[in-house]
Amino acid sequence: MLYAILCYHDEDLVGSWTREQDADVMSRLAVVQDRLKKDGRLGPVARLLPTTAATTLRKDDPPVVLDGPYAETKEQLLGFYVVDCENLDAALGIARELGAANPGGAYEVRPVGLFQAGGDLK
Amino acid sequence: MTCTAWIDAALTSARPQAVGALLRYFRNLDIAEEAFQNACLKALKSWPQNGPPRDPAAWLIMVGRNVAIDEVRRTRKQEALPADEAISDLGDAEEALAERLDGSHYRDDILRLLFICCHPDLPATQQIALALRIVSGLSVKQIARAFLVSEAAMEQRITRAKARVAAASVPFETPGAMERSERLAAVAAMIYLIFNEGYSASGDTSELRKPLCEEAIRLARLLLRLFQSEPEIMGLTALLLLQHARAAARFDANGELVLLDDQDRTLWNQKMIAEGLALIDKAIRHRKSGPYQVQAAIAALHSRATRPEDTDWAQIDLLYGTLEIMQPSPVVTLNRAVAVSKVRGAEEALRMIEPLGERLSGYFHYFGVRGALLMQLARNDEARVAFDRAIALANTSAEAAHIRMHLDRLIRDSQPSGKNASEK
Repeated sequence: MLYAILCYHDEDLVGSWTREQDADVMSRLAVVQDRLKKDGRLGPVARLLPTTAATTLRKDDPPVVLDGPYAETKEQLLGFYVVDCENLDAALGIARELGAANPGGAYEVRPVGLFQAGGDLK
Repeated sequence: MTCTAWIDAALTSARPQAVGALLRYFRNLDIAEEAFQNACLKALKSWPQNGPPRDPAAWLIMVGRNVAIDEVRRTRKQEALPADEAISDLGDAEEALAERLDGSHYRDDILRLLFICCHPDLPATQQIALALRIVSGLSVKQIARAFLVSEAAMEQRITRAKARVAAASVPFETPGAMERSERLAAVAAMIYLIFNEGYSASGDTSELRKPLCEEAIRLARLLLRLFQSEPEIMGLTALLLLQHARAAARFDANGELVLLDDQDRTLWNQKMIAEGLALIDKAIRHRKSGPYQVQAAIAALHSRATRPEDTDWAQIDLLYGTLEIMQPSPVVTLNRAVAVSKVRGAEEALRMIEPLGERLSGYFHYFGVRGALLMQLARNDEARVAFDRAIALANTSAEAAHIRMHLDRLIRDSQPSGKNASEK
């Protein structure tokens, strides 16, 4: 079974880490990640930019684009995509296309700050 | 992270919201601040034992309000002070202990808190000091360090600013849309001032003043979270991030200023750049351009260039042209001239800045740019005059040192090379 591990924390707090503190955390994580990768258990890893960089597409008819992260609590996180785009407009274009195929709910489009493709899964 | 560090961070991040709400209840800055302080003391006792509350800001507001009300009651018994004036809505506060905090309410609370700091009666330095003390919660000692003045002097500056704010009428009604956007613009300008106060520091003081830049970015992010659809706030936040991303490359080991062209671009903070670029991307979608967005777009073009020669100067020239229309100022034209010199040559750039001479006669950068352009045109004697004037006007030792480097080159170049070689 594949599992997604979703990371939650206070972005102000994490954002206020100094370069050294940040690098320290990342290197500790890398130790764990490297081992998982060797074992063929690590898929892609992404670190997202802060929620202030997020845009939300409500999959209504017609779809509505809102600035900011997805803030409702009545819907639940059910999945995610990682897409490679020239800019936000292009990413929203893809989100619209996906939304047309599967209306209802919302997509939060958030730039990825750091991405590691990960290893081959067993 | 240790438990107390977590609490410190939570108190800092809850501060603007909590003090803003307490100010709305008590309509008095000193009472609001003291109530918050008392709530923090209680948090330090209670949170390690009971664990953190789900919503730290709501907890602090409720506890702070209760403590302050108790305090007023006690004082009233002891001294029979006319305390009702100090607390305008005591009744409301008593009954609504478990009032749910709604988002739009504290959006205006925080904006108001920031807005009273940029009261037009206050000179810029007092605005900044007041905002750092009240909104950011930096200690007087920290602020004094960042401003390179004594603690006593800073204490006095803040006290004076508070007195002025107290004397002025602070608007407590919920603002209308127009007023809200005016407040937002004033607050954005103040945040930019805070940033510049840190950014314009010279090399020997830049470490001390760096917290000002970081605090400005924190406040800009806070504002953006409250006003998510304001392209100019996106632009402001992007601008600060893109400029601050270069911090590590802006000074050399001797504390001398390193110009953009000479900076080691591998030292630029790519995480901040990515965030800044993403915010510009978001802002552009609104098709409602503004000065912060344009300035951020200029900074973005610099950030995107891996080497100085990759810089898209033609685009920068265009953007400065837009900025000249939005916000006409000789300084903008001067900046544009630098881009023009790269695209269309020094001669045209020089023609462009010629009419600015009178208005910028006391401006260091004018003579720095003028000297550099004249030097490119091999008009060395005139260049030397401009550089001498620049040195006389330099604000920091780094600026003076930078011009002196140009002058040295001029002198070196004006000597016949053969003679130069034989001397060495």
